[in-house]
Amino acid sequence: MPELGKYAAEVLSAYGISLTLLSGLVLWSVIAGRRMRARLAKAEDELAKGREAS
Amino acid sequence: MRALLLRDLSLSVRAGGGFGLALAFFLIVVALVPFAVGPATSTLSLIAPGILWLGALLACLLSLDRILALDWEDGSLDLLATAPIPMEGVAAVKALAHWVTTGLPLTLAAPALGVLLNLAPEGFLWLTLSLAVGTPALSAIGTFGAALTVGVRRGGLLLSLIVLPLYVPVLILGSEVARRGAAGMETGTALALLGALTLGSLAAMPFAAAAAIRINLR
Amino acid sequence: MSLWEYANPRRFMAASGAVLPWISGLAAVLVALGLAWGFFGTPDDYRQGSTVKIFYLHVPAAMIAINAWLMMLVASLIWLIRRHHVSALAAKAAAPVGLTMTVVTLVTGAIWGQPMWGTWWEWDPRLTSFLILGLFYLGYLALWEAIDDPDAAADLTSVLCLVGSVFAILSRYALVFWNQGLHQGASLSLDKEQNVADVFWWPAMVTLAGFVCLFVALVLLRTRTEIRARRLKAVVARARMS
Repeated sequence: MPELGKYAAEVLSAYGISLTLLSGLVLWSVIAGRRMRARLAKAEDELAKGREAS
Repeated sequence: MRALLLRDLSLSVRAGGGFGLALAFFLIVVALVPFAVGPATSTLSLIAPGILWLGALLACLLSLDRILALDWEDGSLDLLATAPIPMEGVAAVKALAHWVTTGLPLTLAAPALGVLLNLAPEGFLWLTLSLAVGTPALSAIGTFGAALTVGVRRGGLLLSLIVLPLYVPVLILGSEVARRGAAGMETGTALALLGALTLGSLAAMPFAAAAAIRINLR
Repeated sequence: MSLWEYANPRRFMAASGAVLPWISGLAAVLVALGLAWGFFGTPDDYRQGSTVKIFYLHVPAAMIAINAWLMMLVASLIWLIRRHHVSALAAKAAAPVGLTMTVVTLVTGAIWGQPMWGTWWEWDPRLTSFLILGLFYLGYLALWEAIDDPDAAADLTSVLCLVGSVFAILSRYALVFWNQGLHQGASLSLDKEQNVADVFWWPAMVTLAGFVCLFVALVLLRTRTEIRARRLKAVVARARMS
């Protein structure tokens, strides 16, 4: 850790909050993407099955 | 278009039309300010121009959803869309009706309320002038916001969230005129900028509002 | 092979799917490299001390915050004129990224300002413009959520984006005017207009490049999700009919 001196709290909190916000955004985007892909695959499966049955 | 204007004006003045509500809200907000910041006259006269502008702006905001929502609900908006006047005309008339029933009374009431807040004597003229020039912009911009959210049920809060950031330039310039006037400083530039903003809004907003109404009527 | 080919959702999905892993990887590498370099590898500023390290977060975030809105503006115009759904969905996808970047800009700006100005917040025109930009993002997102019909939502939010852009610019000028008034505040120049020495410049550039890649990666990812969501609605509707 570099010598942050008297501004250590400011610098660390700035980095901490920003990185938390950015990782939160990335995580949310990835998880939502995966979830949607799964739901779509399931729905398309059901549609295909429905067509086969009829 | 005159018929539409008269219709809107008479509807709002009638009982339940909300005509006096904006004024009453303005009065209440202004009366609450000393309770919030303390009665020291020096404080009050310092913040008076800004508070009066903010109160007028909020009072305008509150009466916005009436402009279009009522006509939307009872189907009159659909009828107006088929009328011979262009939708831009309808939007402009709606904004004008809003100003006549809200902005104008607020402008006229402001000096009286200025007394309550120890507004500096030089400030009365500039306050009234800035409101007279600025409130039409508030009505025009507000009509656009109302047009965007006309189909949303309970859209009042959404309307506020959308319109308030759009109000920022008008608020900044308008209260700047009022503040500088009250302090005896030169107000020409700010007033000119405010005027330009109002003229620009009056020219452009009817088109944007009409587009939004048409989208919602589809 | 023109860019318009990607307006076709299927083509867009195929192309973005191929590109996404690479751009995400690049983003991760560049952001990590730039921030690490800036944090560990640069000296303190003689005046600002170690808080100058906040620069590496604040400036890239601010640039992305503004450019995200510009991208949304262009995408909205493309939707209104050419009716490409991918464009409308891309604008919707970019909004949360822009909003997050705006918040990062505001937070890092406030924290950076504290030692300099002595307060946690200062109504400096630049920082205030970002606050207003954040409000515009919120309004835009709220409107998308409030309208049921997807095409109407796309249209209305596009109109809002257009009008909002005009007012955002107007606010910027009004704020400069406002700050000159009775308030004599020294507006601290927080961007590259100050003479930034090379030693600070390069890590900042690397981080900025990383943030740009991050923005692209996130928008591609989120647009894919939106396209899938739209397809899901269509599939469910068709299943109900048959």
